[in-house]
Amino acid sequence: MTKLNEKKTEGTGFIFQMESFLDKYKLPVCIAGAALLLAVPAFGFSQYLMRIFIMIGIYSILGMGLNILTGYTGLVSLGHAGFFAIGAYTSSLLMLRLNVPFLAAMICAACLTGAVGLLLGLPSLRLSGSYLTIVTLGFGEIVKMIIVNWDAVTNGTLGLKNIPKPAFFGVSMTLANNGLYYTMLIMVFLVAVASMAIIRSNTGRAFQAIKEDEMAATMMGIRTMRYKVLAFVISAFITGIAGAFYATLVGFIDANSFTFDVSTLIISVVIVGGMGTMRGMFLGAALLIAFPEVSRSLMEYRFVVYGLLLVVMMRFRPQGLLGWKSQMPYKLSKRAKALLAGKNEPAQTANG
Amino acid sequence: MAEVLIVQQVLNGLALGMAYALIAVGYSLVFGILRLVNFSHGSIYAFGAHAALLFVGFEFGVLPAILLSMVCTGLLGILIDKAALEPLRKKNSVPIAALITTIGVSNIIQNLLMIWFGSEKKAFPAVFNLPMIEIGGFRIQSTQLMMCVVSLILLLVLTLVINKTKIGLAMRATEQNPKAAKLMGVNVNFVISFTFFLAGASAAIAGGLISGYYQIVYPGMGFMAGLKAFAASVLGGIGSLPGAVVGGLVVGVSECLAATFINSTYRDSVAFIILIVVLIVRPTGLFGKKGITKV
Repeated sequence: MTKLNEKKTEGTGFIFQMESFLDKYKLPVCIAGAALLLAVPAFGFSQYLMRIFIMIGIYSILGMGLNILTGYTGLVSLGHAGFFAIGAYTSSLLMLRLNVPFLAAMICAACLTGAVGLLLGLPSLRLSGSYLTIVTLGFGEIVKMIIVNWDAVTNGTLGLKNIPKPAFFGVSMTLANNGLYYTMLIMVFLVAVASMAIIRSNTGRAFQAIKEDEMAATMMGIRTMRYKVLAFVISAFITGIAGAFYATLVGFIDANSFTFDVSTLIISVVIVGGMGTMRGMFLGAALLIAFPEVSRSLMEYRFVVYGLLLVVMMRFRPQGLLGWKSQMPYKLSKRAKALLAGKNEPAQTANG
Repeated sequence: MAEVLIVQQVLNGLALGMAYALIAVGYSLVFGILRLVNFSHGSIYAFGAHAALLFVGFEFGVLPAILLSMVCTGLLGILIDKAALEPLRKKNSVPIAALITTIGVSNIIQNLLMIWFGSEKKAFPAVFNLPMIEIGGFRIQSTQLMMCVVSLILLLVLTLVINKTKIGLAMRATEQNPKAAKLMGVNVNFVISFTFFLAGASAAIAGGLISGYYQIVYPGMGFMAGLKAFAASVLGGIGSLPGAVVGGLVVGVSECLAATFINSTYRDSVAFIILIVVLIVRPTGLFGKKGITKV
C-alpha cells in the first residue's frame, strides 16, 4: 500500500503532465485518434498487416473482458481460452449448420459463454486466490478436451473449416474490402463503451471494492458473492464476442487454437497494459500481438522473452505500463458529487 | 478377465501415482511455506527429466546421472526463488504478482528446453532394464516396482527431514508463522531456498522415473504432469505430505482405470474432474488444515 502512495506523489512528473494534458484536450485527442484508426485502410497496408491490426483489436476485446474480472474484481482467471473457444465454436456452428447470420450467431455465442461463465463463477463462492485460479485453469483444459472428444458436434481434432465471413446487407466483410477491419473497430468501440459504463456504475464500484478489500466490501453491505459471479458472467460474455469474431476472421478453428498459451497471452495483455485501466488493454494487445511479428529476428527466443517480460513486469512495474491511471483519484459523477455535497439525502451513496 | 484387467490397471496406476506423489510433494512444500501455487513446478519437473537425459547420455552410470540431475534441478529451484520470487517478497507484492511470475518462469524454462533440446519427443534410455516380474498371475514391470520403491524411500526421507531434523523444524516453524520464526532466529530466506531445493530435487527424481517408464522426454511434458500432480496435492490437502501421497495414488489409479474403461482420450481429463470436484466440495482436501485460505 505504501508503494502505491509513493507512486502517486511521483506522478507530478512527466506522466502526470501528460495525463493532465490528455484530460484537458480530451475531445480533440479522441477525434484525432478515431480519424487515424478510420483512415488506417487508406494507407494501403498489406492484408497481412491488416490481419495483425484485427488481431490486436480482438485481443483488446479479450483484454477488456478479462480486465473486468482480474483488473477490477481481483479474480485471476487462467482459463479464458475456454470461454474464447466456446464463443468461437458456438457462433461457427450456428453459422455453418443453421445458416444463422453473423450478428445473431455472435450474440447467441456471447450469451452461451456468459451462461458458462455463470457456471464457472459459482465455485468462486467457495474459493479464493490461487484455488480459484486453478479451477479456471482446469476449466480451460476441460473445454479443450470436450472439443476434441465430442466429434458429433465439434468435428473433433479435425476442427471446423470454411467458417463464413460476416455479411451485412448482402455485402460480405472480408480482409480485402476492409469490412472486417471496420467491423472490428465498431466491436471494439462498443465493448469499450459497455465496459466503461459497467465500471463507472454501482456494479463497477462494487467490483473495485471487492478487489481492494473483500472484508471491508462485505462490511459496507456489498453482496460480494453475487458481484463475483456477475463479474464472471460479464467477462465471459465479452470473451465470447471476441471468440465469435476470431472464428470468422481465421475461418478455421480446432482445439489447438485455444491452448493454455492463449489464456496466458490474454492475462499478459491485461498485466502488461495495466490491470484496472481501459487504455492499457489497447497498448498491451498492440505490444504483445505485434511483438512476435516484429521480433522474428529473435527466432524461437521470443517466447522466452515473453516469459521474461512477465517476470520483469511483476518485479518492477506490477501495475502495468499504463497503470498509473488507476492510481488517479476516482472521478465522481455529477450526481454523486451533488449527493456528497448534501443536496440530496446522502444515505443512498454507499451502494445500490 | 475383467478382474485381472482391473487389478493390473490398479497396479499400473499405483506405480504412476507414486511418481505423481513426488511431484505433488513439491507443490505442497512450497505452498505450505509461501502460500503460493508454484506454476513453474511442472517445467521444473520437465527440466529434471531433460537433465537426466543429458547426464545419462554422458555414460557415467545411471545413478550418478540422476543424482546430478537432482542437484541441478534443486539449484534451479533456488535460482527461481532468489531471482524472481524473493524480490517480490521483499516488496510485499500482492499474491497475484508471485503467481504470474511463476507462470512467466514456467514459460521461460519450457521454451529454453525447446531451444536446447528440440521440441520433438526424444527416446529416454530404458534405465532399469530388468525383466518382468509375475506375482500371482499379475505382471509387474520392474520399472514400475522401481518407481514405487524409489518414491517410497524418497518420501520417507522427506518425512524424516521435515519431522526429525533441525532444518525441518525451521521449515515447520516458517510454515506456521514466518514472522515469528524470524524472531526466533530462523533464517527464513534460507529455509525457503532449502524448500525450493527439496521440491526441485524430488521433481527431478519423478522426472527421471516417469521418463524411464514411458521412455519418452519432451519439453511440454511438464504441463500435464504438473497439473495432475497439483490435482493430487489439492486432493490430499495442499501443504500435507501424506496427503500428497494419497492424492497422487488416487489420481494415478483413476487415470489408468479411466484410460482402460472409458476412453484413452479421457485419460488426462480425469485429474481435472477430480480437482474441480474436490475444490468445490472440500477445498481443504482430505488431510488439509482448516483456515489456509483467508477471506
